[in-house]
Amino acid sequence: MELDFSIEGGDFTQAGQASSRVKKVLKQLGVDAKCIKSIVIALYEAEVNVVAHAYKGQIHIQIDKDKIQTLITDEGPGIPDIAMAMTEGFSTASKKVREMGFGAGMGLPNIKKNTDELKIDSVVGQSTTVSMVNYF
Amino acid sequence: MKISKICELLAAKVICGETQNNVQIEKGYSSDLMSDVLTLDTDNLLLITGMCNLQTIRTAEMADIRFIVFVRNKKLTDEMLELAKEHGICIMESPFTMFKASGILFKEGLKPVY
Repeated sequence: MELDFSIEGGDFTQAGQASSRVKKVLKQLGVDAKCIKSIVIALYEAEVNVVAHAYKGQIHIQIDKDKIQTLITDEGPGIPDIAMAMTEGFSTASKKVREMGFGAGMGLPNIKKNTDELKIDSVVGQSTTVSMVNYF
Repeated sequence: MKISKICELLAAKVICGETQNNVQIEKGYSSDLMSDVLTLDTDNLLLITGMCNLQTIRTAEMADIRFIVFVRNKKLTDEMLELAKEHGICIMESPFTMFKASGILFKEGLKPVY
């Protein structure tokens, strides 16, 4: 099964809609609740990151019998130092993002914690691609 | 601790999810930072927060948190209420500060997450 979503940068009212839809689908497929929680938390963190930092983004999800693969691609400023961005507490989030309860520098480390495989590629000034895999 | 007891202790009003009054809650977590809430592995949790926006409800949805007390007299928007109802999240509103609400519940036996 394949699912696709678009994300608008800066639009916090829509952040989480894709994660919510994916959660429903995984529940219907009978995936273990703990596994669903990890998948949707990682996806939600990624969605919030796109809304918080990028101009726009795309999510492509492929669900197989044994795993879910998620590819999030955005058009935005990119991440100059990925290793630094993976450090707990490191954040470049705006005041607006922090006022929403995010931007504490926990997002990427939390995505790593909740995924089995994680790959981040970024071109500064252009885009960031986050690839996540979770096995059921 | 029963939801009805939590409401009594915090002078709180149940805004939605009244049918869950008799559910027992084991642990509480107080935070305005949703980034931290998303790092929790705990189930059967009461979230005590003054961060009152749509993303608080979304965070609860993703983290499988079914009970939220909004402190400091924060009021839900219609959009938040609709989303909470859709996902069966029980919402309470308390006039107390987060410090006071947390202190009362801790004293009465609600356990911390860590």
